[in-house]
Amino acid sequence: MLIGGYRIPAMASLVVWAIVWEIVGRADLTLLIPPLSATLVRLAEIAGTESFWEAVGITARTFAAGSAVAILVGVPVGILMGRVPLLDRLLLPWVNVFISAPLSALVPVIMAIFGFGETTIVLTVVLFAIWIVILDARAGTQSISPSLVEMARVYGASRWQAFSKIYVLSALPEILTGIRLGLLRAVKGVIIGQLLVSVVGFGRLFEIYSSNFLMEHMWAMLIVLFGLAFLIDTLLGAIERRVDYFAGSRN
Amino acid sequence: MITTLPAGSAGMPPSAHPGRFGDGIPAAAAPDGIVEVRGISKTYGGGVEALNNISLTFPEGALTSLLGPSGCGKTTLLKIIAGLVAPTAGEILVKGRRVTGPGPERSFVFQDFALMPWATVLRNAAFGLELRGVARSEREAVAERYIEAVGLKGFEHKYPHELSGGMRQRVGLARALAVNADVVMMDEPFSAVDEQTRRRFQEDLLRLVAQERKTFLFVTHSIEEAVYVSNRIVLLSRRPSRVQRIIEIDLPRDGDPDRIRRHPDYLDTVEDIWQGLRHYVE
Repeated sequence: MLIGGYRIPAMASLVVWAIVWEIVGRADLTLLIPPLSATLVRLAEIAGTESFWEAVGITARTFAAGSAVAILVGVPVGILMGRVPLLDRLLLPWVNVFISAPLSALVPVIMAIFGFGETTIVLTVVLFAIWIVILDARAGTQSISPSLVEMARVYGASRWQAFSKIYVLSALPEILTGIRLGLLRAVKGVIIGQLLVSVVGFGRLFEIYSSNFLMEHMWAMLIVLFGLAFLIDTLLGAIERRVDYFAGSRN
Repeated sequence: MITTLPAGSAGMPPSAHPGRFGDGIPAAAAPDGIVEVRGISKTYGGGVEALNNISLTFPEGALTSLLGPSGCGKTTLLKIIAGLVAPTAGEILVKGRRVTGPGPERSFVFQDFALMPWATVLRNAAFGLELRGVARSEREAVAERYIEAVGLKGFEHKYPHELSGGMRQRVGLARALAVNADVVMMDEPFSAVDEQTRRRFQEDLLRLVAQERKTFLFVTHSIEEAVYVSNRIVLLSRRPSRVQRIIEIDLPRDGDPDRIRRHPDYLDTVEDIWQGLRHYVE
């Protein structure tokens, strides 16, 4: 963007909003919004504590485990749904229900079954992430060029060969989009799971901060979580563009 | 010399009528065809009748074209022979064995190339062998030989999107030849290729047909192309298709390619077929 002949860097708007935040915070308009500078100081302070790193550890572990399950189960299921009409008929209604359902409402059910531990958080992550992974893998598989499927048959591909050498790679752009969207939902899942369980990880920290009205701490945590989500999205977007290049010409 | 056979005597070998210019057809003495089409009908769901009781014999070692108006079911017939589409009635015999699906004795060149965009020319050309479990060094050696034969030497490590349409189809042809099938089927292979490229490709195809001594089944809607490349042409009528006519062609295929296009027999045959087809168009 150009203003008065000067090129404005892409992230400049962040600086503007940071300044606005600082002004609002210093004006003492509300107790809910502390100045940005104080929040950042608090962030550095929190970053030195053991409970913060414990929370980061739990988050990373449950996020990785839940995402792995969502991808390793979701991609094959999606591909199979795209290739086997019977399976598609059986599963598609459920996938569609779950992708639009308010999943947070299900977390207490999981909690009731699996208790207040990390298992519940992992399952919450899976529950949030897996549906979009399935749907996109399915869409990618359905968009495989019919002649590529015929080619596999003509040259004698077994079911496994067709699956591993043609379908997965052919559907890769959509699969990766699904994984990216799935991982973003997984970030929501890992946070919401912890908040609802509220005795481990960031959930516990938020519980302590909010019950003690520690707004600076709250905002500091929010910055960490938003930054994390943004980082994951950027990373996945970059990988996706590289793969798109290779799979770009479909015919 | 051009010979027209009534549809009933389709079993005649192609070299039964030697031409003035010597034998342009690879030796194919077996009177029985390598591919037998017996009473094939195909009706699609929804009642569209594509093929109606077609019986044909494809002689070994020759290039036979299926020629007909657009939508006459010639591609359907080819895919039935390939084992990709099941017929509603009738049966296909390849080398005396009944076709129930694709088999290693048949290979296929697709109209839209059907190359894997994520794989190099070399891997695409070797893919048929890869699926058969041939060791990497061995299959790549074979593929390299055919990549050279189709005129793509030096492009082994390019990706399909880096090639022109004509070059992509050459990869498709290399893949079909590399598996060493007895019958190579080509479904309008040059229709997605521009005219100049197509002519070069047709000339190269003739050379490969002479070299490889395989049986080629070729689907096209271009009369000129069919007459130029074929030893025999099976003329199909409009849907539901029947065999309208079988035309034996014996042009001098070993000399200058341009000589064929100016040859009186070539021109006469093109005209003759056009006269037979024109009432479909008008």
